[in-house]
Amino acid sequence: MKKMFFVVSLLTMQTAAPIAFAEVGTARQNELLYFVKHDCGSCHGMTLKGGLGPALLPQTLSTQPESYLVNTILEGRKNTAMPPWKSMLSFDDATWIAKQLQQGLIQDTQIAESNKSAGKP
Amino acid sequence: MYRLFFLVHVFSLTLLLSGYVSARGTGDLGIVIERATGGVQVIETSTNSSLGRIEGLGDLSHASAVYSRDEQFAYVFGRDGGLSKIDIINKKLVKRIMQSGNSIGGAISQDGRLVAVSNYKPGGVKIFDSKTLALVADIPARYGNDDLLSKVIGLVDAPGQKFIFSLWDAGEIWVADLSDANKPQIKKFKNIGKNPYDALITPDGRYYIAGLFGEDGMAMLDLWNLDKGVKRILDGYGKGEQKLPVYKMPHLEGWAIAGNFAFVPAVGRHEVLVINTQDWSESGRIKVHGQPVFVMARPDGRNVWVNFAVPNNDKLQVIDTQSLAIIKTLTPGKGVLHMEFEPRGGQVWASVRDEDRLAVFNTDTFEQLVTLEAKKPSGIFFTSRAHRTGL
Repeated sequence: MKKMFFVVSLLTMQTAAPIAFAEVGTARQNELLYFVKHDCGSCHGMTLKGGLGPALLPQTLSTQPESYLVNTILEGRKNTAMPPWKSMLSFDDATWIAKQLQQGLIQDTQIAESNKSAGKP
Repeated sequence: MYRLFFLVHVFSLTLLLSGYVSARGTGDLGIVIERATGGVQVIETSTNSSLGRIEGLGDLSHASAVYSRDEQFAYVFGRDGGLSKIDIINKKLVKRIMQSGNSIGGAISQDGRLVAVSNYKPGGVKIFDSKTLALVADIPARYGNDDLLSKVIGLVDAPGQKFIFSLWDAGEIWVADLSDANKPQIKKFKNIGKNPYDALITPDGRYYIAGLFGEDGMAMLDLWNLDKGVKRILDGYGKGEQKLPVYKMPHLEGWAIAGNFAFVPAVGRHEVLVINTQDWSESGRIKVHGQPVFVMARPDGRNVWVNFAVPNNDKLQVIDTQSLAIIKTLTPGKGVLHMEFEPRGGQVWASVRDEDRLAVFNTDTFEQLVTLEAKKPSGIFFTSRAHRTGL
């Protein structure tokens, strides 16, 4: 758990320092991290490698415009199973999530956590 | 006399130690998927306690399990394509294979010798020997001009060594007959509707029903009369109404059949649909607290329990199947993901993911009897499933 917090705070530091954008506090960031992993994860996989929905890995997402990702999160995608999340997520929330996904930071956090639980270094 | 007792005692002890006698039966055991840590917790329903853990099973988000017919082994299907055979008496991993890149669920054959896994990537079904986990048959879910592979969902076993499953992308239902395991005979039913998301088989093994995500309705196949093809039921149940965003795919399970009624989640609505199983017509709708995910009948069929998609996933509601009224709303805590009834229905177990615990309720008084620690618990599977078609 300590390691998880460490990674989360690292992640917070990284995003808070150079990029001035959406105001998402640390507590909310933790909520969002949990949300992405477990609720987005029910279709995209807990490790974001895909499921009924596509993988959300930086390899594919980093080449797409951020506004497109934010819009997909908030408004959903017509004729697919992706719902609009705007009733639960604000524009700032979605922007923060899109940035983390593009940089692969959420995935790194998960890997750190799952390694820890599997007793690996 | 004393001496005789003593001798008998020593004898049984020796038997126990030498492994000839199992220390306990498994009829009151179950496993709980602990998704975050990639393991399962073995639980026991006679005194509602935890017996230990089996770990190292990979990514268990959206994992499920089936049991060997002797109820000693469980086969756990992981999201990462892992298939694990675990021994729940000795609490150890027997064998684990990576059989695909991304899987969704599985089933065990009528004779217990074959384990089938449905895969998203590469889309199809793979069938394994339940003893060794050696590959027996590979059924790619080809569609279109045979150049596309569909994600496969709603895989169940059926009488006559059959496995039945649906193709999410293709909108097809396939019936695979494994009577000769090396030469599966496949019968395909096409144009069954858009995006089947899950399916159930009735407890008698006669009807296979796939829920459709892309249309309001369900596709039903009568396995006793395959030549009659797929029939559409509940067609257009939401006609003219605005569908809500679907935050989590609902599930269908065979045990949502109670008496002459089947209870199923309405996609994108805060409703449970009631179907008359005599003619498969809609016979009612029940307004519920949120979008239903699991709709499950207590084994005696008197009540149906429902859980919900985020953001309403802190509650459970209980429907009386005679009056179709909601008789109880419980708030076990945030993230109620799954529930499982004990075989005779006296207690129900619920996993409360966000609070890292399991809650056990008396199904008559609704009193919470006990709560057990668990790490991000999701699916709960009791050994009684070993003897039920479709589970």
